Amino acid sequence: MTELKDIKASRRAFLGLVAGGLATTMAVRPAAASRVQTRARIVMIGAGAAGTALVNRLVERLDGADITILDPSAEHLYQPGLSLVAAGLKPASYTQSRTTDWLPQGITLIAEAAAAIDPEAKTVGTSGGQTLSYDFLIVAPGLVLDHDAIEGFSLDLVGTNGIGALYAGPEYAAKTWQAASAFTEAGGVGIFTRPATEMKCAGAPLKHTFLIEDIATRTAGPGKHEMHYAANNEALFGVPIVSEKVRMLFEDRGITPHYSHVLKAVDAGRKIATFTTPKGDVEMGYDYLHVIPPQRAPEVIRQSGLSWADKWTDQGWVEVDQKTLRHRRYPDIFALGDVAGVPKGKTAASVKWQVPVVEDHLVAAIEGRDGSKVYDGYTSCPLITRVGRAMLIEFDYHNNLTPSFPGVIAPLEELWISWLMKEVALKATYNAMLRGKA
Amino acid sequence: MEQLTLETLIAVFEEIFGRALFWAMVVAAIAVTLAYLYVLIRDRAMSMRKFLLAQLSMPFGAVAAVVFVQVMTNSHLRDIGGPVDVIVLLGVAVMGAIGIAILVYTAQSLVRRSQ
Repeated sequence: MTELKDIKASRRAFLGLVAGGLATTMAVRPAAASRVQTRARIVMIGAGAAGTALVNRLVERLDGADITILDPSAEHLYQPGLSLVAAGLKPASYTQSRTTDWLPQGITLIAEAAAAIDPEAKTVGTSGGQTLSYDFLIVAPGLVLDHDAIEGFSLDLVGTNGIGALYAGPEYAAKTWQAASAFTEAGGVGIFTRPATEMKCAGAPLKHTFLIEDIATRTAGPGKHEMHYAANNEALFGVPIVSEKVRMLFEDRGITPHYSHVLKAVDAGRKIATFTTPKGDVEMGYDYLHVIPPQRAPEVIRQSGLSWADKWTDQGWVEVDQKTLRHRRYPDIFALGDVAGVPKGKTAASVKWQVPVVEDHLVAAIEGRDGSKVYDGYTSCPLITRVGRAMLIEFDYHNNLTPSFPGVIAPLEELWISWLMKEVALKATYNAMLRGKA
Repeated sequence: MEQLTLETLIAVFEEIFGRALFWAMVVAAIAVTLAYLYVLIRDRAMSMRKFLLAQLSMPFGAVAAVVFVQVMTNSHLRDIGGPVDVIVLLGVAVMGAIGIAILVYTAQSLVRRSQ
């Protein structure tokens, strides 16, 4: 029998290795930035992804600041997970946690909504009747889904009658899967829509279409389903090169695109959807209909005079500088997340890049200097094309692709690794972002 | 991704496997590694007979690791879409192979002292 006498290990060598490893770990810990002393009163509207991530960073940067955050919702939603819930891949609870789980010590949470904002007097009135004065205001209440804008539609219909609406929240995403799974098994005509307004994650309507097509073809077999995608304009995605790629994938998968078809009304009894098109109203019968309603800034924002006067006038997004997210008329106000009036960026990935920019300019303003960081419209969309595959699409204001891993993860290729990122790594990264760590 | 820290990575792995399973696997991996180092130090030599069996077990470890990752992530072999996917798949297989080789070697050494 051969024995390798030369390979020897000793206790001393082993202990040395362990000690060396520990020393290295300690040595590479990042040094904390020095904190800024201030008495500034900061009011934040919204403890969603943007508000929570920002407040966790602010408490690390500021010493003595009086920070108040307003949010009536006890529940925090991991919204990027809703697409997975609506395809039966995750339970509704996957997206749910408590707002207070993520907020730091040393701030004041008021579980009420903002009812009035007076940017001249620098006050915010709450739904409970309190009035808060601020030196700086962070506006991040998210957006509202205008379900009433679609005639004949109500959330009670979701899950039955072949109607889905995954944007409406975890329970509705789960109900959407009830309706969608029945459709995948029985076959028939599926219609997938998107609104004509700006919207959260413009990739989600496409993801739902691709996922349900994939599951349907695998469940009932090919040829039993007819898939239609109603686009709101003449493109399938805002970034032209991505739109063209999606067009090719649709052709390959037998999904028929209908351009400039905006859902106007639903007749749930007769299973007919009516679309506004340049050639007048068009009716289409369906067995499964996915509804995404128009999306707008909350009423309080539109009433407060913070919105753009000449852009998105039916939607009311906050008038901010698109590079600094600072209000163009009121420099002590910043807006980020879904409510910000910028051309792209209603995704959690955008928030991740917006938060350090707002933090930089806000802390600089407190110190009486100018900030230097710039947000260039970065948005990321792991565009799922099958259960098990996705395209990791990242882009900016200029419609340029901005891949994080150039030469390794190709943005327009359907890859397993991109799916792994969406399915397993994204929520962890999101949670780290909420804690101000990423 | 803007920042990638050890903390983020740990959070990612907790998310993939669930917190309990992930830490159980970490503890198991550390325990097996320590046991392996223990038998190396104790025996002051590698036994080629034990190493042969360890090598023979490697293909099983590789396949088991790939199947495990795919089951945990709702994916299949048909989802491999490009070179980077093949690299990731091979990486998982190699880790599984090395892991089981160390496990088998250590188990033999602990169970059958005199070889």
